[in-house]
Amino acid sequence: MIHLAALPLRVGLLDPVFEPLYWILASWSEVLSWLAGQTGLEILRYGFMHRAILVGLCIGVMAPLIGTFLVHRQLALIGDALAHTGFAGVAVGLFLNAVIDLGVSPYLTAVVVAMIAALLIELISEATDAYNDVSMAIVLSTGFALGTTLISINAGGLAVGVNQFLFGNLSTVSNESAAILLALFGIIIGVIGLTRNQLLYVTFDETAAAVSGLSVSWYNRITVMLTAMVVVGAMQIMGVILVAAMLVVPVAGASQVARSFNESLLISVVLAELAVVLGIGASYYGEATAGGVIVLVAVAIYVVAVVLGKLQTAFGEEETPEMGSIDTTESASRGD
Amino acid sequence: MRTHTSENTTSSESTDSTESIIELSGVDFGYTSTPVVADVSLRIDPGEYVAIVGPNGSGKSTLMTLMLGLVRPDEGVARLFGEPAHEFDDGSRLGYVAQHASASKEMPITVREVVKMGRFPHVGFGRLSSADWDIVDEALATVGMTAFADRRVTQLSGGQRQRAFIARALAGEADLLVLDEPTVGVDMESVEAFYDLLDSLNGDGITVVLIEHDLGAVTEHAERVVCLNREVYFDGPASEFVESDSLARAFGTTANLLGGSR
Repeated sequence: MIHLAALPLRVGLLDPVFEPLYWILASWSEVLSWLAGQTGLEILRYGFMHRAILVGLCIGVMAPLIGTFLVHRQLALIGDALAHTGFAGVAVGLFLNAVIDLGVSPYLTAVVVAMIAALLIELISEATDAYNDVSMAIVLSTGFALGTTLISINAGGLAVGVNQFLFGNLSTVSNESAAILLALFGIIIGVIGLTRNQLLYVTFDETAAAVSGLSVSWYNRITVMLTAMVVVGAMQIMGVILVAAMLVVPVAGASQVARSFNESLLISVVLAELAVVLGIGASYYGEATAGGVIVLVAVAIYVVAVVLGKLQTAFGEEETPEMGSIDTTESASRGD
Repeated sequence: MRTHTSENTTSSESTDSTESIIELSGVDFGYTSTPVVADVSLRIDPGEYVAIVGPNGSGKSTLMTLMLGLVRPDEGVARLFGEPAHEFDDGSRLGYVAQHASASKEMPITVREVVKMGRFPHVGFGRLSSADWDIVDEALATVGMTAFADRRVTQLSGGQRQRAFIARALAGEADLLVLDEPTVGVDMESVEAFYDLLDSLNGDGITVVLIEHDLGAVTEHAERVVCLNREVYFDGPASEFVESDSLARAFGTTANLLGGSR
């Protein structure tokens, strides 16, 4: 299996950066091959499944993490809009490769185009003082229209490849695109880890966050650009059309049962991973499209979470604690 | 012990050498071409307890956003701690309690996680230390919400939510507390206790700016009253405000001083 991990690369300048990522992919592949030998599971025997599973697991962490910050700001649909501009980016990449033989992965052009679109959506919303579903719908359809137009201009031979981007495909996750995803994963987790306090404050209470000296517009820009990265990264196995589900569905499920914010982050990741693992397994053995199955599993988990949440409120009713009085001798008690 | 308490305890009367906390000069602002706030000049010094009153739509909240630098004046200058207000970014000196509509209503988040945010300006990109958590728990105890610390904010009543936001402002250990109708939805007994708490914080040297529609509470607790209806109608000691006719002029009708405007 290991020879699959050492295919020639076409990333060019980024090679030194990607070298360790290919090493990670190779090691991961070895681990899964060993696991396949131990368990006899057919699904773990193929190199493409190794990469697909790794990509799926990464999506299961980063999509709900950034999704949590989107859902609680009523921005659930921005993922969908960015995925469609990502599709335009893919088309741009394919187009450039065909016309001037640029030789870059369409996923890289997709990341670039989606991030520019994200920044544009954010700047428009800053200028007009509101995110609105109309501008989101315009961005979404512009992206998709641009994508389909570029592809139709360039039709010979490309049409075959488009399905893979629209619906995602486990078996076409190349070494290169898996490496790109690992790089995106590293950036996304790093940035969220660093700015988690600020993102939480801005998400929960934008005005108070602004008063406390945070640049709300900068954190909004960071959020949408991270979303663009997540969406494009997840596109390879989820497909353009379904990728937004991973940002939203596990988060919605988690908010049904979680009490605290940290708990909701953790639960949403667990639910997403569950959906990814069960979905990839079911789609492999059922010979169905992974993206669709993963989303169906995620929705089923969401329904279970809703029921659990209702039961929690119905039966888990705690005693309402006695509210203490406001301590007016505050200054004295703190003066020690 | 907070550092500012030692420096500022006696400063409420001395307005000479120290930097002003808030300074507005000739400030005009409007969301459209109609000004919401016109030609407002006022200076608030360390340790003052100022109430801003006025009828609905008189520009009180807008004046607050100007003071805090959330919006920039069309004309004139707004300064916060001596810096242009919109450039000021040391959030650790500012505590803010909004009318309770501002925050997300559905998010799964506990009371303690909300109060924790008060420490964010102090920790930046880092983690809260155990000292920070102690301050959070103290703030919760101060507003009597310790028993609710691990409750989801969405399960609270309006008054309880408001207490959580007050605790968040307290946890910030700010030099300036700005409160925009903080007691909306809070039960009457707690309102009394809450004003007593503000008194004691002000006694510690914290500058308090309070936007309030309850005129009774204002005249009883604040030292200085600014009466606003687009322009400043009155700016002076609370005791003189009661005797002046500015209230009637600003409100245009007879207002009830005994808090009857509720």
